[in-house]
Amino acid sequence: MKALLKYREVWLLAAIVVLIGLISTRFPGFADPANLRQVFNDTSILMILALGQMVVILTRSIDLSMASNLCFTGMVVAMLNAAHPAIPIPLLIVIALLVGLVLGAINGLLVWRLNIPSIVVTLGTLTIYRGATFVISGGAWVNADQMSAEFIGLQRAAFLGIPVLSWIALLVIALFFLVMTRTALGRSIYAIGVNPTASIYAGIDVGRTKFIVFCISGMIGGLCGYLWISRYVIASVEVANGYELNIIAACVIGGISIAGGIGSVGGAVLGALFLGIISNALPVINISPFWQMAISGSAIILAVVLNARGERRQGRIILKKAEAA
Amino acid sequence: MTDTPAPRHIPDRLDKPLTSAIFSWEALLVVVAVAIFAVNSFASPYFLDAWSLSDLTFNFTEKALIALAMALLIISGEIDLSVAAIIALASTMMGMAVQAGAGMPELVAIGLVVGLGCGAFNGLLVTRLGLPSIVVTIGTMSLFRGIAFIILGDRAYKGYPASFAFFGQGYVWWVVSFELTLFLVAAVVYWFLLHRTSFGRRVFAIGNNPVAAQFSGVRVGRIKFILFCLTGLMAGIASVLITSRLGSTRPSIAQGYELEVITMVVLGGVSILGGAGSILGVMLAAFIMGLVTFGLGLLNVPGIVMSIFIGLLLIIVIALPILWRRVRRERFA
Repeated sequence: MKALLKYREVWLLAAIVVLIGLISTRFPGFADPANLRQVFNDTSILMILALGQMVVILTRSIDLSMASNLCFTGMVVAMLNAAHPAIPIPLLIVIALLVGLVLGAINGLLVWRLNIPSIVVTLGTLTIYRGATFVISGGAWVNADQMSAEFIGLQRAAFLGIPVLSWIALLVIALFFLVMTRTALGRSIYAIGVNPTASIYAGIDVGRTKFIVFCISGMIGGLCGYLWISRYVIASVEVANGYELNIIAACVIGGISIAGGIGSVGGAVLGALFLGIISNALPVINISPFWQMAISGSAIILAVVLNARGERRQGRIILKKAEAA
Repeated sequence: MTDTPAPRHIPDRLDKPLTSAIFSWEALLVVVAVAIFAVNSFASPYFLDAWSLSDLTFNFTEKALIALAMALLIISGEIDLSVAAIIALASTMMGMAVQAGAGMPELVAIGLVVGLGCGAFNGLLVTRLGLPSIVVTIGTMSLFRGIAFIILGDRAYKGYPASFAFFGQGYVWWVVSFELTLFLVAAVVYWFLLHRTSFGRRVFAIGNNPVAAQFSGVRVGRIKFILFCLTGLMAGIASVLITSRLGSTRPSIAQGYELEVITMVVLGGVSILGGAGSILGVMLAAFIMGLVTFGLGLLNVPGIVMSIFIGLLLIIVIALPILWRRVRRERFA
């Protein structure tokens, strides 16, 4: 039990349970399993994005361009679907992943080959990708009536009583969990964040690994481009404007250290869920949605204060934990 | 963020002062600025006109004022992403004061005090609690603008007194606006502070090695706190200017300015990793961004497409010297 309390994720989970409990006192239906499934589904996109951002932050980098990538890729698939409704949706998803991958690879190459700090690179591509969305669309919107029924319907279809969107989120979570805990790539990502110099001597190609994490976050951005557009059924230049900071906020609340090396898949998912619950709960308990921004801001500050304490105590030891277990 | 140990390249002798001046970042920026100015002059017949050029300055003065303080903050190894949110909160407070019947001097005071207070709040969180500034200011960015949204919702404040309009719309002499004058004065002050005082040397020392600075007797925490306060104060000043220029306040005011301010600072040659940079570079970068956006505006290029040019400019200007150095190193190695 005591060992369990050491984990940040347990505390975060407890905070979420308390939060749901508090909301239930004002709106009893909130803790209903059907409603919680709905909240999970609503938060799926943010969870997936937070996982993509997590691997980048773990290597002491940051990807500010994810939301712009999402916007651009979403526009590409929406325009493709509007122009050629015959293209099957799975192929469109592959296209979305590829477009996202290319955008992520551009970030990664600039970070890897030119050694430009990632915050500068992605600050630049943040504006470039969103501007490029305007260029390809000419500023026009793609509306719901231009999208095919399959394009919109796929993620809403239920499989075993759960929407496909939630299944995609669960699949991505499982994939990230496997990669981060069971592969050499996952360990290298942590190692680079903990100590880049030592990683080099341990035989890890730091630059190449950073390139790979940007490719991952790019693909995630691309995937979410399709998911976002088919969920909110409108593709415009304004899609997900400023959302990059929500993604980072989810990571921070989830206990992922911006200094790299600390964080887990569970944390990122719970951090996103925390934000998702707040945004879902405010309307039903009659708090103006205008409060949401200030509340999530306070949550971020609180989370980072608590995380900083935890980090100081724990230090940056990853092997000890494995030995103790 | 880039901690890979680079191979040490030690030249036989240092560059001569003239050579290093010619190959300096500022020289590169001057070349870029002149080139853009020339292209603009050819591209649009309306560009070379005193009033056009005067209008041009309104594109960047508000952001550039913040960029001056932000440059010092980034040199010291910190960052403030909440500046645009501070503008929104300060503007909202000024709007509330107007509804309560406040006059021009009170409005200015409120704008500056709110800005300073927000900066101090950031500074306390970062220096007292030892938190990473990038995360803290992402949080306060939501918090400050969130408070503005709570107060205003989807409404807007209007009805600012006529005497208040001078700050954002007034001219000091002929085509020289109050905003531009204020920016130039502030730039001289910040140039002096960074390059001619012991305070400035300490800022560089902190950015290069905070631990060594601490052991050398520099009060790292206090100086960083002052820098956060200065950045907040400049955001407060910018808030007065922009509120006065627009004559109304919405909670979405100045959205996205933080990234433009940081782009300006980085384009100006300030190292995002801290420890290097100059005020002259930031000033030149501000002019360049103003020139690009205004020139493209004259050609009826939409704002969002301009942002592509700004983004490309940022990456290319950062990448070029790196590529150049690499080519030189390979040739002489």
